[in-house]
Amino acid sequence: MNIINVNKDNFDTEVLKSETKVLVDFNANWCGPCRMLRPILESIENDKVKIVSINVDNEEELAYKYQVSSIPCLVLFEKGKEIKRSIGLISKDEIEKMIGE
Amino acid sequence: MYDIIIVGAGTAGLTSALYASRASKKVLVLEAKNYGGQIINTLDIENYPVEEHISGFDFATKLYNQAKNLGADIKYEKVIDIKNSDIKEVITSKNTYKAKAIILATGSVNRKLNLSNEDKLIGKGISYCATCDGGFYKNKIVAVVGGGNTALEDALYLSDIAKKVYLIHRRDEFRGDSVTLSKLKEKDNIIFIYNSNITKLNGKEHLDSIEITNKEGNVDTIKLDGLFVAIGRIPENKIFSKIINLDNNGYIIASENCHTNIDGIFVAGDNRTKELRQLVTATSDGANSATEAVKYINNL
Repeated sequence: MNIINVNKDNFDTEVLKSETKVLVDFNANWCGPCRMLRPILESIENDKVKIVSINVDNEEELAYKYQVSSIPCLVLFEKGKEIKRSIGLISKDEIEKMIGE
Repeated sequence: MYDIIIVGAGTAGLTSALYASRASKKVLVLEAKNYGGQIINTLDIENYPVEEHISGFDFATKLYNQAKNLGADIKYEKVIDIKNSDIKEVITSKNTYKAKAIILATGSVNRKLNLSNEDKLIGKGISYCATCDGGFYKNKIVAVVGGGNTALEDALYLSDIAKKVYLIHRRDEFRGDSVTLSKLKEKDNIIFIYNSNITKLNGKEHLDSIEITNKEGNVDTIKLDGLFVAIGRIPENKIFSKIINLDNNGYIIASENCHTNIDGIFVAGDNRTKELRQLVTATSDGANSATEAVKYINNL
């Protein structure tokens, strides 16, 4: 799936006001496990969820707001609310389980 | 039926795959999580011959592609058991695979403090990787616990980011590299705490303080924002212990030729008994284990 880059200007529209569930990938270029995770996220095909990427170096405000202090950090949003969170590199199976039906 | 099944796609396992594939053997690598193993957490590798600087991610990805391009089959399935008879079996959560030889290259995982609250506070103030998470602690107060090279390097790295770094060690001297230690002693924002153990982790939503107890039994509380745990690693050999001999610390007993107590089952990398666990010794084990496995198969 195509992953959209999100920043503080489009976070509301892309994440909080999204019709579908949104899986937010908090990451950074220097983070090895984040770079490992990226192709796994891209390989997910599920039209009930949107996947977006937030670079924590560029988006310190968002990282701070959502209390991200360890990456990779995946946060699943539904109807504007955080419903699940996972920290560290996880497998495709685990991501699919996190997203659910 | 494969010639060689390799359990683990870290540096040792992928190097085994590379050597075994070049010897024209049919190779399967089984990996529970992601390829690359521990090295992917390293920002910059400076001690691997030939490359002056390479990131752990790039190193792992190049090695992965090299093994794959030589024909190794790599599957993401968690191995739950191995069985030994004339034909060996590797059982994963999904399938059973047969092979003539097996190489165990499962590496190790971070040792935890084993304190209550620890799991709950991972990513909420507790981290096992300073280079991964240090950036979130700009001008904050952090502590590193441990006495080896990782602990010293973590403290040094964090001292440039955080306001104050406590370095807590249970003994009165460090095992780690003396060059790093002397660099640490020049820093004015590092506070050394010797002969002390962490005995409590406090915080509801986020870690806010730790309790330390020293050798004399005196208890102290340190307020902080982050704790980096660097107290070593534990080999991932539990599932093999029914048939493979381990030492008291859980490492598979083997010498440089990577033979275990069972013919046709070999070990490579950080999960075997050895003095130095580095990238270069992991690749060395990869070459040795594959060469020995090929020799074993050719003599069957």
